[in-house]
Amino acid sequence: MNELLIEMKNLSRVFRRDGVEIQVLRDINLRVFSSDFISLMGPSGSGKSTLLNIIAGIDRPSGGELRVLDADLISMNEDQLAGWRNRHVGFVFQHFNLIPVLTAFGNVELPLLLTPLSKKERREHVMTALNLVGLTDRADHYPRQLSGGQEQRVAIARAIVTDPTFILADEPTGDLDAESAEEVLKVLAGLNDQFQKTIVLVTHDPRAAAYAHIRHYLDKGVLIQKEHAPLSVT
Amino acid sequence: MIPLRYNIGSLWVRRTGTMMAVLGIGLTVSIVVTMMELVHGLESTFVDTGQEDNLIVIRQGGLNEVNSYFGRDVYPTVRFLPGIAKGADGEPLVVGEAIVIINHTRDNGQPSNMLVRGTSAMGFYLRPEVRIVEGRRFRPGLREVNVSRSLSNRFQNLKLGDSIRMSRSDWKVVGIFDAGGTAYDSELWASYEEICQDWDRAFYSSILLKAESAEAAESIRKRIADDQRIHLQAVPQRKYYQEQTSASVGIKGLGYFIAVVMGIGASFAAMNMMYGAVMSRSKEVATLRSLGFRRRHILASFMMESILVGLAGGILGCLLALPIHGVSTGTASFQSLSEILFNFRITPEILFKGLLFATLVGALGGFLPARRAARMRLMDIMKE
Ligand SMILES: Nc1ncnc2c1ncn2[C@@H]1O[C@H](COP(=O)(O)OP(=O)(O)O)[C@@H](O)[C@H]1O
Ligand SMILES: [Mg+2]
Repeated sequence: MNELLIEMKNLSRVFRRDGVEIQVLRDINLRVFSSDFISLMGPSGSGKSTLLNIIAGIDRPSGGELRVLDADLISMNEDQLAGWRNRHVGFVFQHFNLIPVLTAFGNVELPLLLTPLSKKERREHVMTALNLVGLTDRADHYPRQLSGGQEQRVAIARAIVTDPTFILADEPTGDLDAESAEEVLKVLAGLNDQFQKTIVLVTHDPRAAAYAHIRHYLDKGVLIQKEHAPLSVT
Repeated sequence: MIPLRYNIGSLWVRRTGTMMAVLGIGLTVSIVVTMMELVHGLESTFVDTGQEDNLIVIRQGGLNEVNSYFGRDVYPTVRFLPGIAKGADGEPLVVGEAIVIINHTRDNGQPSNMLVRGTSAMGFYLRPEVRIVEGRRFRPGLREVNVSRSLSNRFQNLKLGDSIRMSRSDWKVVGIFDAGGTAYDSELWASYEEICQDWDRAFYSSILLKAESAEAAESIRKRIADDQRIHLQAVPQRKYYQEQTSASVGIKGLGYFIAVVMGIGASFAAMNMMYGAVMSRSKEVATLRSLGFRRRHILASFMMESILVGLAGGILGCLLALPIHGVSTGTASFQSLSEILFNFRITPEILFKGLLFATLVGALGGFLPARRAARMRLMDIMKE
């Protein structure tokens, strides 16, 4: 049996804006096990990013329980959360979020600068990560010299270079054409397949969700459906 | 740590703004460094003046030669004190001198005071740094003067062969001397006896003497101080001139004031540029934070970036200020109000201070923007 990594019990998130309370997540109960490949779908504004940010330790829940890797994220301070993110979370963004003035290599190396690795070890890790996304030959390219799909693959390399426990991807194909999207999803699926990386994939796109083994739906802050793969795409 | 390459790259992306800030800081630093060159040049003029074991005897309570005078009757008392070095002819190495201040016109038409020293061959002998480079020494019994090259260049009618009106007579410039950047480069020398005659006063302003040794110098100093009849004091020549550096106090004070005011101005330029940088990079800050970089890493990175701009400005400023090294200028001495000539002097220490100043300007200007970047809430900037 796979290890229980994330457990949410009656988790909620309420935002206050101009004195009005908006309940963005309500009574979320979710368990994620190691090696899971989970997709999270739902209309825009349903709270998908909020949920992902909470798992990443970027946002905090307003109520309920949250245990991630047996750590109580709610009681950690900001620095502890930052360290926790660096060790356990690889984040992939919709807009890639590469640093434009750094090369692919420089971008992928960034999270390693917070580790005690030597320059040589860092180089090895970076090249391994770039190899996994098939971009070793683009190490010296700047983001503007890469296609969207390549940029996102560099971002994935950056997310996995520290060998994190999770990969959290927030609409990683949202900015890509179908072909590039396919490439990126294959890379993610490969990481799950070959390296048993736990992946939570937020997406709009049913075809992207089809790569996941477990599919969740969020609607107006409620986790309403759970569906197990494999399912073929229509 | 967020790598420096990130900062350098970002500065390059915004190069117009970067350049403006570097230029602003550079001009400020060049002015501050120039001021330091000026103060240093002025001070070292005095610090470099004087020979070991030489003593200057002036009136007790007088601050310097210009404000000192005493009768000729005390001269023998000093001249025959034990411990004074003797020349080849067996005569003690002592010279009594008279100082007068005259008003003369500079090349630019402005009047200024000049210090005239009535002395003799012994005056030259005891000041080997003063060398005739053109013409010859003045002769006793004649209304002749020697002028320092710096004065000769800056004042009217002081070229070799010119005549200058002093007191009741016309004095002929028969020689130009070079005093090696010491205080004597701001003086006119003539025969002691001629000065006394023309000014109709029999007096000394000071007596310069050479002691046999440092110990002898000290004992001469004590004897003169203890002698109640003569009311004189003896000061080691080097110490005497070092104490005259107070001439630079005013300039120094003004310099510090200008440096502070301009430094604040320049750091506002840096701050403005850095605020722009921070605002345009909130998404990058979010990315870095989500990768695990802490607030303090963000703060350090933006501070570093601003300091880099400061340093670049510092280097530019130092380069701009370099050519003024060696240029000579003058200022009025606070004590005698006579013109003191000196050269701007640059040293590694001054350049280092200039760079330090630039770093400080960068750090000062970068602090608030960097703090703003560090304080951004990750959740808010993730959305942008
Ligand atoms: N920091 C915030 N302050 C106020 N409201 C927020 C904040 N973040 C998200 N929301 C609101 O929460 C809801 C869900 O947002 P989000 O999780 O980004 O949705 P999704 O990713 O599913 O599109 C939206 O209505 C959004 O306006
Ligand atoms: Mg979203």
